[in-house]
Amino acid sequence: MLEIRLHGRGGQGAVTSAELIAIAAINKGNFAQAFPSFGPERRGAPVVAFCRVDDRKINIRAKVYEPDVVIVLDPGLLSLLDPTEGMGDGGILILNTKKKPQEVVTAPGRSLKVVTMDANTIATEELGRPIVNTTMLGGFIRATGLIGIDDIKEPLLERFGKKLGERNLKAMERAYQEVSIGE
Amino acid sequence: MARTRKGIEVSIAMADAVAQANVDVIAAYPITPQTHIVEHLSEIVANGELDAEYVPVESEHSAMSVCCGSSAVGARTFTSTSSQGLALMAEIFYIAASMRLPMVMALANRSLSGPLSIWNDHTDTMMVRDAGWIHVFVENGQECYDNVFCGYRISEDPSVMLPLAVNLDGFILTHMIEPVIYEDNETIRKYLPDVRMKNALHPDNPVSMGCFAMPEIYTEAQMGREQGLLDAYPVIVKAWKEWGDLTGRYYRPIETYRTEDAEYCIVTMGSYGETAMEVVDALREEGEKVGVVKIRLWRPFPFEDFRSAVEGKKSLIVVDRAISFGGPGGPVALELRSALYGRPNAPAIVNYVAGLAGRDVARSDFRKIILEGKAKASKGETEGFTLYGLRG
Repeated sequence: MLEIRLHGRGGQGAVTSAELIAIAAINKGNFAQAFPSFGPERRGAPVVAFCRVDDRKINIRAKVYEPDVVIVLDPGLLSLLDPTEGMGDGGILILNTKKKPQEVVTAPGRSLKVVTMDANTIATEELGRPIVNTTMLGGFIRATGLIGIDDIKEPLLERFGKKLGERNLKAMERAYQEVSIGE
Repeated sequence: MARTRKGIEVSIAMADAVAQANVDVIAAYPITPQTHIVEHLSEIVANGELDAEYVPVESEHSAMSVCCGSSAVGARTFTSTSSQGLALMAEIFYIAASMRLPMVMALANRSLSGPLSIWNDHTDTMMVRDAGWIHVFVENGQECYDNVFCGYRISEDPSVMLPLAVNLDGFILTHMIEPVIYEDNETIRKYLPDVRMKNALHPDNPVSMGCFAMPEIYTEAQMGREQGLLDAYPVIVKAWKEWGDLTGRYYRPIETYRTEDAEYCIVTMGSYGETAMEVVDALREEGEKVGVVKIRLWRPFPFEDFRSAVEGKKSLIVVDRAISFGGPGGPVALELRSALYGRPNAPAIVNYVAGLAGRDVARSDFRKIILEGKAKASKGETEGFTLYGLRG
């Protein structure tokens, strides 16, 4: 089972990202869950969303505490919280930042694979504004190989409609190409 | 619709099931606390995909009143509520059962104020435990979907004619995206033909319903309700069996997991049963002889099924999701203690109340509850209850 935690701010679409991963995985015949950290929804406030993917039925009805993958949509959150909390060796930390993976400093004692992409720039260029949730999925897909770009096309176009969906798809494909994956 | 497997929010899947059940009337109050279930149904009706009356009322009290009226004329009726909404509905909730009006409610279980809270626990449903409805608890999206059809089949059975609540954990299930298998319409039609109620209100055949009762008849009327619920039991078991024969998914009043050789069991109701199974698997690897007993049918309570499920066990660790203030602990533990009271060699019962108003209960918490509960049972510490995770 792969457990994923997404950190974002209300309105950035962290929950949508979790949902798209889950639906793509389920459409492939896998089992998956996607759910928000339940609470009042406030635009701009830090939010967390969760996703689990497995090849058997998932029987856990609790939050993700020890994620294998963490996706941080908003670089500003890094000064507010430690997104690596609960991660173990080999965990994958996917950040929206201009930095290269080797420039990212995480708490010592664990070996994490750091994945970075300048999602703000990509999303601004492709979508006209820095809503990075779908862009970040490009990096996620490249770094984990859990699902392919093709798997996410259908749920993405269904969610956003053809016009907006295709622009989001383009942002995702660009991130897939431009992402930097650390050691 | 063909049989399909979808990744979908459980609330939406449940709404789709209600549409597939071809309901005639949906009445609901659309504002907090409410779920996507009736929101999605309003879209389905507005889009012309379901020929039904959607009545957006001004309060939950009115929602249940509309449901009573529509059920009384023989229409297949649905509503959904939670928390304070159920509290406001409570007066008519009792009347629906007393008038033997079939309907299905998706009861998305959430806490009651105060303090003001909208998160998941079982406080709301326990408030109406004694109203005379059939109460079923489900633990995942598939069970939510399936039990809409089973619910109507049971509720509208001429020998039952009682309202039925499908209790699903608020947020934990209602806001979860997961795989759900949709059955094709032909299967649904076969299992759930259109409703034909005897005794429905009709101008050609005037009857009175919901009459005033003098002391001379109230006792007998209540006995009628009691007997009605007891008589529903075999219908419930049969409806679940036939659903299983059609779909491969069987439901039973008491579900068990790895209990055959278990010395002790954790007992849950609702979605916690799934996490409990996961933790029991891990504890089994370590040699613990532990199993899970899950209560699916809460009313009418399946005493015999429960007793035979726990026969010979040393102890039961019962996880409740509500408190009976000033009382004996959680309502489920109270029920189970009553079911076993005075029986020779009955298992000891240790009661935890956990996960109030959405406080997360993780695998590590279940592990702690199970091992600590086992130790308490062996020391004879079985009085009262423990409020798990209480700070300070």
